[in-house]
Order: sequence, then C-alpha cells, then structure tokens
Amino acid sequence: MLCQECRKRPANVHVTRITNGRRTELHLCQECARERGQPEFVVEPQFPIQSFLAGLLDPGAPPFIKLPAPASCAYCGLTYQEFARSGRLGCSSCYERFGERLDPVLRRIHGSSHHGGKVPTRSGGAVRLRRNLQELREALARAVQAEEFEKAAQLRDEIRNLEKELG
Amino acid sequence: MIPVALSPDVTRRALSRWMEAKGPDGDTVISSRVRLARNLTGLPFPQAQTPEQAAEVVRKVEAALASPEAAKAGLGEWGLVRLAELPWLDRAVLVEKHLISPNLAQNTETGAVVIGAGETLSIMINEEDHIRIQCLYAGLQLDEALRLASRVDDVLEARLPYAFAEKFGYLTACPTNVGTGMRASVLVHLPALVINNQVGRVLSTVVKLGFLVRGLYGEGTEAVGNIFQISNQVTLGPSETETVENLRNVVVEIINQERQARQALLQEMRDQIADKVGRAHGILLYGHIFSSQEAMQLLSDLRLGVELGLIKGIDRTALNELLVAIRPGFLQKQAGRELDAMERDTKRAEVIRAKLRPGRSPGTAER
Ligand SMILES: [Zn+2]
Ligand SMILES: [Zn+2]
Repeated sequence: MLCQECRKRPANVHVTRITNGRRTELHLCQECARERGQPEFVVEPQFPIQSFLAGLLDPGAPPFIKLPAPASCAYCGLTYQEFARSGRLGCSSCYERFGERLDPVLRRIHGSSHHGGKVPTRSGGAVRLRRNLQELREALARAVQAEEFEKAAQLRDEIRNLEKELG
Repeated sequence: MIPVALSPDVTRRALSRWMEAKGPDGDTVISSRVRLARNLTGLPFPQAQTPEQAAEVVRKVEAALASPEAAKAGLGEWGLVRLAELPWLDRAVLVEKHLISPNLAQNTETGAVVIGAGETLSIMINEEDHIRIQCLYAGLQLDEALRLASRVDDVLEARLPYAFAEKFGYLTACPTNVGTGMRASVLVHLPALVINNQVGRVLSTVVKLGFLVRGLYGEGTEAVGNIFQISNQVTLGPSETETVENLRNVVVEIINQERQARQALLQEMRDQIADKVGRAHGILLYGHIFSSQEAMQLLSDLRLGVELGLIKGIDRTALNELLVAIRPGFLQKQAGRELDAMERDTKRAEVIRAKLRPGRSPGTAER
C-alpha cells in the first residue's frame, strides 16, 4: 500500500482517529507522518452546542442574573432544569414561561435579545402594524424637522388611523 | 405548488440542479443554502410531541402546499414522502444530496420531507423544528436562495399558524435558532489556502467574526477534500437580508484570498502544482480502490487543476456530481444492495473512472 498523502512511498505509519464516534484510518509514509506531526487543524470551532448551552443554563453555575427558577411550562410541562440539561425548549409557550431567564442567554449567544427580521403576515399582524406605526412616527419627526407641514399632516392622519386599528 | 409522487430519480441519480457548472463564482464556491426553521402554535415542538401530533403537522404542511394559493405561487412540482416509507439506503442518499439532515434520516417514526423539482427546494418536517425550509443553489447565490425560501415560507404561513413572538421572532426548539430561524451557508473549496497553510489563519478570523466553519456535511463533520461550510451563527437581532449580506461579504473575502493563493501557486511553483494535479488525475483515471477520504482529496486536487487550466476536458458539473456519486449510500443504492467497505472502495473507483474517462460527454447522469 502506498502512502495516502504523497502516493509515492510505501505506507508504514497507520493512524486511527476517532472523530465524533466515527473511525477513520490514515496510512502514511514516515516522511509524511512527520510532516503531519502537528495534529490537523481543527475545523469544527469546538462548538458543542449542547454543552455550551448547558454551561450557560446550568442552575448550579454562577448565575448571570438572580431570578427564582420558574417552575415549569404550563403547556408542555418542561422544567427549567430539563431545558438547562438538553438546551431544547418544549413548545412555543416555554418562551413566555422562561422569557426572563432566556434573555441573558440569548444575549450571550446572539448579542441581542430582540428580533429584527421578517414578521409573518398573519401571526404577526399586530407586530407589523406596530412596526409601521414606529416608521411613520419617525417619518413624521423628520417631516416636522424639515418643515414639510403638508406631508406632516398627512402622516399624522395615517398614524391616527393606525392607532385606531391597533386599539 | 403541484403535488406529485416523489420521483424515484431523486435517489437514483446523483445530479441535482445545484451541481450545475454555471453557478456564480463556481471556481471557489460549490453551493449556497438558506434554511428557515418554523414551528406551529398549539403543538409542542417535535421532540415533545406525540406521534398523533406529529402526523398532524405532516398533514397540515401537505394541505398548505396543496392549497390554491400555493398553486398560484408558481413554485412548481413537489413530492412528499414520510421517512418511514423510505428504505435506509434512500434515506442515506437524501442526506448525501443535502436534501435532509442526518437527524431527520433517523426519524423514521414521524419525519417527512417535501422535495421540489430540480431538488432546489426541500422542506423537512418534524426535524428539530416542525418545519425547516431549505433552498440550495449552485455557486454563490445567497439572495436567490433566500428569495425562494421566503416565498415558500409565505405560502405556508398563509395557511399555518406560526409560533412567533414580537420580541423573540420565530420561536424554535433550540434558542440558537430563534429570531429569523435562518441559517445561511456556503460551501467553499479552498485547496490553495490549504497548500500554503493559510487556511487556519483565514478560517479562524472568520470564526472570530461570528461565523461557523464546518466540514461538508454540517455539524460535527470533518473538512474533507478541502471543502468548508461557512454559515451565520447569529439569528436574533439582524434581519435576514443583513445576515445574508454579512455572510456574502465574508465569503467574498475568503474566495479572494483563495484566488490570490492560486495565482501565487501558479507563479511560484507551477511545476509542483502541475505534478500534484496531474498525478491526482492519473490515479483517479487508473486506480481501482479508493477510500472515500482518498477520493475526496484526489478530486480536490483534480478540481484545482481544472480551475487553474492545467487539466482540460473535465467540467465542473461532473466534479460536483461526483461529490455525491462517490458517497457510500449512493454507491450502495446504485448497486442495489449493501456493500462492505472493500466493495464500496472498488465501486467508487469504477464510478470515478467512468465519469472522468476522456471522450465522455460531460455531465451525463448515468455512469
Ligand atoms: Zn508519504
Ligand atoms: Zn412549553
């Protein structure tokens, strides 16, 4: 058998590696094995999500924020301990139940705890209106600043209508 | 969308549309993918649901896709299949073609998948989340992938009550996906950066910028054949378009570095590179036993030779197709039976020889 690296010299160094429970064999000549001396660079940026989350969530670890642990989700029954162990939530209600607890965790993972992306048309109807309202208010402020009073009046009407719609 | 039975070609042929040679920046970028995770309100997430609830999710998605609104959206034909109905070899092939995750392949109890024509679109049902929409394109086409995924998302949302909260966005089983629920990723081929030992430096910078770097088959896989997957890590805060924009900027930087490294190799060690890629070509044409790892390495060398213009007469589509055609599941599916490691290695060499034999019309699907 020839060396798998250079495919020139006979392979006499046999390396078995176990990565994520999968076994790979490598057959190299002495030269190539020496060259490889340092372990191949690690591609996976050591990000075992489970243990990473567990580290953040572990009730035993020093807490970021002192809050009484909420008992469990009323809908699916998941406890905070179970969540801390698995890193997975049981249902959408869990987000409400553990919301305050999740906040610092989410900020750690994402650097933010507020969604800034797409809003669904139906389930996000009110959210969409609120976002529109916010944009209109900003536009109004700009219009007033620029002394565009006709435009400002128009925007004010739109804002009133939207506010009515939102109740 | 128009429902049809899942075409048997999906697991019989290696070729998918994303392998086409004309993808932009195809010299360095193999494919681009956007995945959106969605859940339904009123049902626990897949890990916590009963088999009845899981079946309900499948039925609801199927009905939403078969609605008149969905037909109007012009998304083309699609087929839905429950994983329980698929023999394990077919499931393995779907994983190898990136149409489903290894995780879903194991879920033969409640998992299902929708596959669109051309295999650009797949929708995993009852993976970690109820719904995962995936769009896969050739080369660097993140915007296109996002656009299609978002259209499919709108079609589903017209009929299905999504779990969404103003503050947290789309609610997902794992808090690492919450917000946009979007994972955008790009597969890049970086042989020159590996040869000049710069890849570690480049990729660790990418990781520091907050992106994930993985091997060809996602989480927990090694980089084989100098192919790396770059994807966004953050899903909460920035919008989908911002995230895609940031990822594209990073990828453009990586591929510029790779291109410079390739030119430097050509100028400074032309003979050595020509020797390396030529040897790889020869071994691939005349070898009879290849482990998956060896084949991937040789094919990477060959691809480099083709991109540098040192090897003529082989097109990119054939090389992309081989990425799937030499995988264990696909080889066994072709053979129509289980093969032991040695038989696979022999079969693999056969498939490669047939594909690369001079005079073959490039990109033919059968071997
Ligand atoms: Zn060697
Ligand atoms: Zn819950």
